[in-house]
Amino acid sequence: MDWQALALTLKLATVTTVILLAVAAPLATWLVLGRSRWLALVEALTALPLVLPPTVLGFFLLVLLGPRTAFGRSLTTLLGHPLAFSFSGLVIGSVLYSLPFAVQPLVAGFSSVEPGLVDAARLLGASPYRLVTTLLLPLARRSLIAAAVLTFLHTMGEFGVVLMLGGDIPGATRTLSIVLYNQVENFDYAAANRTALLLLGMSTIALAAIYLGGRTRGGRRA
Amino acid sequence: MLEFAIDARRGSFHLKIECRLATEWTVIFGPSGAGKSSLLRLLAGLDRFHFSGHLSARVALDDSLLTNTTTRLWRRPGQRGTSMVAQQPSLFPHLTVAANVAYGLSRFASEKKALWVEEMLEFVGANDLANRRPRDLSGGEAQRVALARALAPKPRLLLLDEPFSALDGAASDALLARLIDWANEHQVQTVMATHDAADALATAAEVALLREGRLAALGSAAEFLAPERQRILDKLG
Repeated sequence: MDWQALALTLKLATVTTVILLAVAAPLATWLVLGRSRWLALVEALTALPLVLPPTVLGFFLLVLLGPRTAFGRSLTTLLGHPLAFSFSGLVIGSVLYSLPFAVQPLVAGFSSVEPGLVDAARLLGASPYRLVTTLLLPLARRSLIAAAVLTFLHTMGEFGVVLMLGGDIPGATRTLSIVLYNQVENFDYAAANRTALLLLGMSTIALAAIYLGGRTRGGRRA
Repeated sequence: MLEFAIDARRGSFHLKIECRLATEWTVIFGPSGAGKSSLLRLLAGLDRFHFSGHLSARVALDDSLLTNTTTRLWRRPGQRGTSMVAQQPSLFPHLTVAANVAYGLSRFASEKKALWVEEMLEFVGANDLANRRPRDLSGGEAQRVALARALAPKPRLLLLDEPFSALDGAASDALLARLIDWANEHQVQTVMATHDAADALATAAEVALLREGRLAALGSAAEFLAPERQRILDKLG
């Protein structure tokens, strides 16, 4: 087992999940309660990674963050190193690629909160921030948990974006899915089997925990 | 004094009303579907985007302008000094009764807040419910708590939309009488929507008769609700 790759994968999934939950909560609130004419476009862009081939997203990010664009060159100057083929670059790619897995459960959860409760909170002077933290998130906490678990698992199994944007640098960008690909390419099926089973087991346990949680509370699944 | 001119259209529904309410208590009286709830929600600053057909509104409370769609002024709910109690209490299900009442008191110091919550709950006769959750309350208890929650921030304008529908007659009358005294004492202008003539008559307030989204009449309850009063008396024999 490549423990270094496992640790890196867990770190990437954790960082991505934390960032995405912080981004997804206000974004989902805006999508549910907002009235902007741009809502449909933003919703479509948010869902785009669901249908976009990961390699396409990885390629665009590779170009955008690389030396071919003014933006990429500015970032390199600012940070002192290029974002492509680095852990930070992987985090950016993962955040974009897993965005719908964080936003969509929260949109579903927030939409199920009774509008009368939102009106009551607004009448009592709740700011948008207070509305989210004291009403929407507590009432949609199962959706929040679902968003966190789905984001974490989706990032764990990411391959196309990681390969395009990060390559295969041990300790920096080599995640478990890259290790699995390498093992298969080297015909090391025994090792590939262990890696694949580990990813399969983690995903199954986490998803089972979500559905079990839903059943024991007697509610519908998030 | 509350002044408003509203012209709102959505589908076949058209609310067009211009009014100046100078008295402390006004009852909006009319049948279901007359536009009472829509009017109160617009006065509260809700439903800004609900009227996709057309919305023109000007709402002023005393010297301050709350809404003026001509200049795109729309003070948000919660920044208008306005509280509202709807027929559905909409208590926050994850909070205790006391926390529900305290929700609009975020600027109060915690000790003052606790005392005020206690006082408000006592006022509506719900002081023994403080630690209960909304799911453990009856419909009438939930409406009492919703009233306490709306009164707690001491609004300048109180909007009541059939707020005592789940209370029995005697309890409703008693609470209404206490509420009238409280509103007078704290100089809170109150507008109560109801389709129950007995409620309208009990307040002895100015009555605005609303029919199909239009103001049909504005005057004293005794004058405009005489037929309704007679109907109730006839029923009693």
